[in-house]
Amino acid sequence: MSRARVWRTVTPWLYLAVPLALLITFTYVPVGNMIRDSFTDWDGVSPDRRYVGTRNYVELFTRPELFQVFSVSLYYLVASVVQIALALYFATVLSFDVRLRNLFKGILFFPYLLNGVAIGFVFLYFFQPHGTLDTVLGAFGAHGHHFWLSGGRTANTSLAGVSVWRFMGLNFVLFLGAIQSIPGELYEASELDGANRWQQFRHIIAPGIKPVLSLSAILAVSGSLSAFEIPYIMTSGAAGTQTFVIQTVKLAFEFGKVGLASAAAVALLVIILLVTWLQRVLVPDERSDLV
Amino acid sequence: MKRTALAGSLLAAMALLATSCGGGGSSSSGGDSAASPTDPAAVTGDIKVLTQRTDLVQDGTLKKYAARFNEIYPKVHVTFEGITDYEGEVKIRMNTSNYGDVLMIPAAVKTDDYPKFFASLGSAGELAKKYTFTEKATVGGKVYGIANFANADGFVYNKDVWQQAGITDWPTTPEEFLADLRAVKAKTGATPYYTNYKDGWPLTAWTQVQGAVTCDPAATDEPAGDPDPWKPGGDLNTGDTLLYDIVHDKLSEPDPTTTNWENSKSLLATGKIGTMWLGSWAIVQMQDAAKKAGRDPAEIGYMPFPSQKDGKFCTPVAPDYQEAVNIHSSHKAAARAWIDWFTDKSGYVQDNQAVPTLRGGQQPTALKPFQDAGVRFVEMSQAKAATVTAIDNQSEIGMTDKPDYRRHLIDVARGAAGGDLQGVFDDLAKKWASAQKTASL
Repeated sequence: MSRARVWRTVTPWLYLAVPLALLITFTYVPVGNMIRDSFTDWDGVSPDRRYVGTRNYVELFTRPELFQVFSVSLYYLVASVVQIALALYFATVLSFDVRLRNLFKGILFFPYLLNGVAIGFVFLYFFQPHGTLDTVLGAFGAHGHHFWLSGGRTANTSLAGVSVWRFMGLNFVLFLGAIQSIPGELYEASELDGANRWQQFRHIIAPGIKPVLSLSAILAVSGSLSAFEIPYIMTSGAAGTQTFVIQTVKLAFEFGKVGLASAAAVALLVIILLVTWLQRVLVPDERSDLV
Repeated sequence: MKRTALAGSLLAAMALLATSCGGGGSSSSGGDSAASPTDPAAVTGDIKVLTQRTDLVQDGTLKKYAARFNEIYPKVHVTFEGITDYEGEVKIRMNTSNYGDVLMIPAAVKTDDYPKFFASLGSAGELAKKYTFTEKATVGGKVYGIANFANADGFVYNKDVWQQAGITDWPTTPEEFLADLRAVKAKTGATPYYTNYKDGWPLTAWTQVQGAVTCDPAATDEPAGDPDPWKPGGDLNTGDTLLYDIVHDKLSEPDPTTTNWENSKSLLATGKIGTMWLGSWAIVQMQDAAKKAGRDPAEIGYMPFPSQKDGKFCTPVAPDYQEAVNIHSSHKAAARAWIDWFTDKSGYVQDNQAVPTLRGGQQPTALKPFQDAGVRFVEMSQAKAATVTAIDNQSEIGMTDKPDYRRHLIDVARGAAGGDLQGVFDDLAKKWASAQKTASL
């Protein structure tokens, strides 16, 4: 084998080495460990762990109350529909020639750049009785104070609202990118044919961004099933805002049931894979470079 | 073909690398006991002390203690590592051998595992004569941790607020206490009681109500064998009923989900909060908050649980974190010297107005009102602490060091969750009894 050929074979792997090393160290090895732990009774601290076979899985699936928390995910699922609709609206509007376009792009994307913990704390003040939200509502004549996070429906809706605020920017940027990759001649041609903005959206933009739309839908479903950061920081899952992941974290780190929690995490992984697969089967899309 | 082979070997190499990093060591280096050194001048070595008191690390207080320690042990070099999320972080570090030389035992470590992590400090018979609460860290007749100090339990309150409400004496029954809170609400405009629901951990103090009603030192051990720790007349039942009534009668903060612990200290100090149920460690912090707010620290009062047995109040006394020596430490004698000195001679206990664990030590001035009023200090047994924690974890209730069930209790009381108080107790008892049977003890 000539020297040049050796280099040809090795070079791509050299480029790949760093990302692969990171991917394996921080994703595949922990996932492997998690799957192994799901078959043990490890408490998270003890140097010894006993293999207990499928006991954790049996316990998980014989305790229906552990899956009841998925009802909280419905709030996030509904919210993500709103989120995608809003993102689509803004992306479409801003893809046309409007004034201060770049400023609005920045404003809409900005929340996504913020750290989730910071957002949690900001909104904790925002939702306090007599806090920012109540003050703003007061300016519109709705005086008094509200307990936005005090429990049940209101709390979950408030939290889901925060997640819309945070993640809309990401959807927005994805949509905007897809829209802008549609050749400009198409718009010109349609304008010559007398199409209005809605018709342009319906027949040019919508089909053009379908792959990104379906990717967003998958992200939305898996995101709402595994909602964690915002409710954990803002309410720690109290007052009926507990999600499946918060419950798993509590099992592992509060009650020392790392084995059972690992099994729950594996179950969540399988559920998300299933949902994604189902979605691809029900809504197949043409091969595309984007997804 | 060559490509895949290379990829395969790369993968294998990385997997190998990762597993070698991930594996935790349980082997011990050197001896597994840390006896008190006899000759201070002969003790040498660098030791690292892990602590949750990041504030004392930052303001140099701990360094001052170390300097005084060096007067006796000149050849020992002490460094401190303050850890904000102490429990969470140390627990994970204990999978390696790098968890300092001296550390507080995280609550998550099973008592039976102590010998795998910590050096033994001596025999139970001997150490129990010198310190209280050694039974909490005793495995197989050997002690693995010594508590630096202990805490009494009661309600810290703002004297000014209670006086304004026209209350002069400590209430002696829960009913009287509730009536007093109502008076506070009506006459002062202060929030009578603050739950600290959001931060959660202050709620766990309510478990330390054990012993406050029955005055029984074994009340902490009882749940180990009792299928219903919440039965009427018991400590937990009385305490949780009081908490329920406070919240149910709207005598606590209007929105518990947005509370803030740091803020609550100054609120209490400035008379915007009437009272909170906390360990006696909180008195000093409240006094500090009062000083910062320009108030008189003497306004911070401390009262026992409103219940009397034979005409006397009781306050349960339970140990704080227990200090231990890392079994992997290469300077065990120096580490042990630090624990001995810090607990016995440093004055840390007095500085923090804490209850000493060294037998024969003096009660702090902060608890002088308790002594003057003849409050009985009940030293709570820790003999079955490990069993109780194991059952609690198995049941996922959260009786020990976890806020979960009291949050639910408050949710029920304020109408944010369905059900009633008796239903909550019945449910808890059912879970506890079934966990007792299934917990691996």
